[in-house]
Amino acid sequence: MRVRELVIIGGGPAGLSAAVEAKKLGVEDVLIIDRESEPGGILKQCIHTGFGLHVFKEELTGPEYAERFIAEAQERGIEIMLDTMVIELTDDRRILAVNSRDGLVELKARAVILAMGCRERTRGAINIPGFRPSGIFTAGTAQYFINIEGYMPGKEVVILGSGDVGLIMARHLTLEGAKVKCVAEIMPYSNGLTRNIVQCLQDFNIPLLLNHTVVNIHGKKRVEGVTIAEVDLNRKPRMETARYVSCDTLLLSVGLIPENELSRMAKVQIDEVTGGPVVDQSMQTTIEGIFACGNVLHVHDVVDLVTIEARVAARGAADFLKQKKKRIRPATVPVIPGEGLRYVLPQRIDLDGALEETQNFFMRSVKPMDRGRLLIQSDRGVVMSKNLKFIRPSEMISIKVKREILQQNNCLKISLCEGSENGD
Amino acid sequence: MTDVVIIGGGVVGCMIARELSRFDLSVVLLEKEEDVASGTSKANSAVIHAGYDAKPGTLKAQLNIRGNALFDKICDELDVPFKRIGSLVVAVKEDDVKELEKLLEQGKANGVSPLKIISKEELFELEPNINSKACAALYAPTAGIINPFELTVALAENAAQNGVTIRFNSPVVDVKACDDGMMMVKTPHETFHSPFVINAAGLFADEISQMAGAEAYTITPRKGEYLIFDKRCSDMINMVIFPTPTKFSKGILVCPTIDGNFFIGPNSNDIEDKHDTGVTSEGIDEIIRGARRLVPGLPLENVITSFAGLRAVSNTNDFIIEASRKVKGFINVGGIQSPGLSSAPAIAEMVIEILQEEGLTLKEKNNFNSRRNRIYPFRELNDEERKKLIRHNPAYGHVICRCETVTEGEIVDAIRRPVGARSLDGIKRRTRAGLGRCQGGFCSPRVIKILSRELGISPLKVTKCGQGSEILKGRTKDFIDSDGDFNES
Ligand SMILES: Cc1cc2nc3c(=O)[nH]c(=O)nc-3n(C[C@H](O)[C@H](O)[C@H](O)COP(=O)(O)OP(=O)(O)OC[C@H]3O[C@@H](n4cnc5c(N)ncnc54)[C@H](O)[C@@H]3O)c2cc1C
Ligand SMILES: Cc1cc2nc3c(=O)[nH]c(=O)nc-3n(C[C@H](O)[C@H](O)[C@H](O)COP(=O)(O)OP(=O)(O)OC[C@H]3O[C@@H](n4cnc5c(N)ncnc54)[C@H](O)[C@@H]3O)c2cc1C
Repeated sequence: MRVRELVIIGGGPAGLSAAVEAKKLGVEDVLIIDRESEPGGILKQCIHTGFGLHVFKEELTGPEYAERFIAEAQERGIEIMLDTMVIELTDDRRILAVNSRDGLVELKARAVILAMGCRERTRGAINIPGFRPSGIFTAGTAQYFINIEGYMPGKEVVILGSGDVGLIMARHLTLEGAKVKCVAEIMPYSNGLTRNIVQCLQDFNIPLLLNHTVVNIHGKKRVEGVTIAEVDLNRKPRMETARYVSCDTLLLSVGLIPENELSRMAKVQIDEVTGGPVVDQSMQTTIEGIFACGNVLHVHDVVDLVTIEARVAARGAADFLKQKKKRIRPATVPVIPGEGLRYVLPQRIDLDGALEETQNFFMRSVKPMDRGRLLIQSDRGVVMSKNLKFIRPSEMISIKVKREILQQNNCLKISLCEGSENGD
Repeated sequence: MTDVVIIGGGVVGCMIARELSRFDLSVVLLEKEEDVASGTSKANSAVIHAGYDAKPGTLKAQLNIRGNALFDKICDELDVPFKRIGSLVVAVKEDDVKELEKLLEQGKANGVSPLKIISKEELFELEPNINSKACAALYAPTAGIINPFELTVALAENAAQNGVTIRFNSPVVDVKACDDGMMMVKTPHETFHSPFVINAAGLFADEISQMAGAEAYTITPRKGEYLIFDKRCSDMINMVIFPTPTKFSKGILVCPTIDGNFFIGPNSNDIEDKHDTGVTSEGIDEIIRGARRLVPGLPLENVITSFAGLRAVSNTNDFIIEASRKVKGFINVGGIQSPGLSSAPAIAEMVIEILQEEGLTLKEKNNFNSRRNRIYPFRELNDEERKKLIRHNPAYGHVICRCETVTEGEIVDAIRRPVGARSLDGIKRRTRAGLGRCQGGFCSPRVIKILSRELGISPLKVTKCGQGSEILKGRTKDFIDSDGDFNES
């Protein structure tokens, strides 16, 4: 079995960014494994612009953003093993992968970065009644068909869910000559970025029906239509509002799920809310030497943050590889989400690990708020607070916390209250 | 000349076809859909019942017991996974225990052995997640689970290997007796003449019987809905778990699948439309309520899909397996509701006997091959086997379905074998590609490419389940008006 220094599973923006950073930090032997024929992950099919504003201060398309990292990875001599699926990972970092060239590839890694991205939630997971004809696609699959294969999945489309991929596809399908009849969203607000609602729906007069869901799918062989209805406060459909919308295609944009099959195999602890691993400030999971970043950790809306997170994971892995002696169980400070927040990341701080002067925390609110007040509490009371404006569950909140605060407290809770202190 | 025409490619029709392929006969099987197991045989509980449910003396009881006993041999010959995991009928209140005793007596009368009532303690030992109110259970170790479409496909393949002609997209539109004592069977493209016709048309057997001018009976579709859970939850239960039955059905069960998932269902509602396999929200609520009585802590967030199947319930409420007294050579195999899957091997035996009684001469072939090998299941092989396989054919190193770890080699094999897959559903049933937690989101574009390449057709012609279910609607830019504007209409 070959021993490799750092193996990165997944060659999307997370894996590529981490690889480049690790190399910069002096890790000599970096290997990326990806199951696709080309690196770039989901960005390969995101031909719209809106990537890189933060990292490159430019508006790039997905493939362009990926290309910058692919070029840099090549320049730095990073090995990328393509068409290769990792099928097993153990807690002592043994990796089993498979491809047509080499058959089974068995490796032992001194450190691993998980960067497998996410997958889309499907119809079953949300149980829409009716038939199961052809013509039901997840938005990302439709995007793959159009942008990678050059085929149209449908001509008259209803979109369920207003996640970003669905919004992008509403515009894209329209530009390709399909008719997007409406986007139905069960919640009273959209899950997508505001800029996408404006640029992808409003600019094309595509109705966004909030508090609506699909209650039936018609058509035995191919979708012929769907019944949509309004929902009440408990999100139960009000059948008296049901109406039929004819269409040949239903796109689902009902959420993404981090792809953690391998993490589970390696006994990495998973946060039930994010669907990704529990990590500390260096993005190390609960299994020593296994790090995670990107959509496998939690679903990101902006790729720039994926890159930033991946750099942190790379630094964590580089430090781990330099470390001479094995560490005993580190002392950690748990950071837990309180009222108003779905999750906070990282979920814990390793006090023996490297701590920057300020530490970034990422979190998502449970509901939209025009104004809110973020409170960080310890057993000694409020240790920090910050007013925020225009809070949306779809847009990640990030705050910086001073090192001292982390060092002086043995548990932190971050919560978000509606309104602001001085009430204006 | 055709000796026997079989109408219907469900488990019953395919089992009969395979049995007939032992003999020197020309046999044709006609199926209206584009694949076998497209009807009830693809959507059921997949339990090989022990045989205590049916009233003693009925065909159901007799054939279930005999059928159950034949499964080990058939599955060994056809290389189809089958596990006798045992079943439990659980009493959740004291009154139910009396019902269990009745079932035990009935089971004994039918010849089910071993069969016994176990105590609360024994039950919790076997099934720790069961409702804490459960007080006893009827335990039948001979009950098994199988993948019913894998079985049906294997039967069809083996029948085809042994010379049976299978025609898809061939709905029988007319059957009649001719003056020469032969029968004529018509599909939109072909006409067959044959002295014997076997009606195994499932839900439509009543219509075929009427078409032929044979005995009248009616078949009412009775819907059963299901929810399937992610493999991640496979340790919830170990056996087939039934509630205490009511007059109408065996009730909503919680049951492992042979592939490592588990499901809840079915409910039982008479409907009118024989095509209505849609899942309803009331139905889903009903099965969740029912299943919770058995296993309260169902991990509902891990449901991966839902489906419904239709039982073909005849007005006699028993199987109808007999030669017509009105139309010579026409044999009805109708009303095959549950336990039709379990009984299928015995049904086929019985049909062979009837054919002999009706004058068909059976001469055994000397080159009958009873064996068929399954597609190499990459995910189940050990590392040495995997290495060997990839060396032999690199396509086995290319993983296409990430959830179920299905390789290109398996998909190509599924297409190229006899009675090969022609659609996404065909691939799904033969290889499991697309049946996992992402439900084809990842692999379907890749499978479409392979189907298109192997069948030499455009991706636009690749279907989910036969004509009319094409997946793609056109090339990009096809729908844009010629003046370059996008379509406003
Ligand atoms: C459709 C869509 C539109 C988006 N639009 C925007 C936008 O406009 N602007 C913006 O800033 N952000 C956008 N995002 C968000 C951003 O692109 C993603 O957050 C980012 O791509 C995630 O990167 P990743 O590397 O974590 O995952 P991915 O890009 O998904 O990469 C994961 C890689 O891992 C590989 N992999 C997974 N499992 C295995 C395995 N077992 N073996 C081998 N390889 C494996 C996969 O093949 C894939 O290449 C969008 C995201 C999506 C899905
Ligand atoms: C909800 C449910 C649960 C069940 N659970 C179990 C169980 O656990 N155990 C068990 O033993 N049994 C069970 N059963 C019963 C079992 O599934 C059936 O008895 C069995 O599948 C019947 O097989 P078949 O071949 O008769 O019918 P089908 O599989 O329906 O096959 C009939 C075929 O005939 C074709 N056909 C129809 N009309 C024409 C025509 N005009 N021309 C050509 N072809 C035609 C159809 O397309 C179909 O493929 C269950 C059934 C249901 C619905």
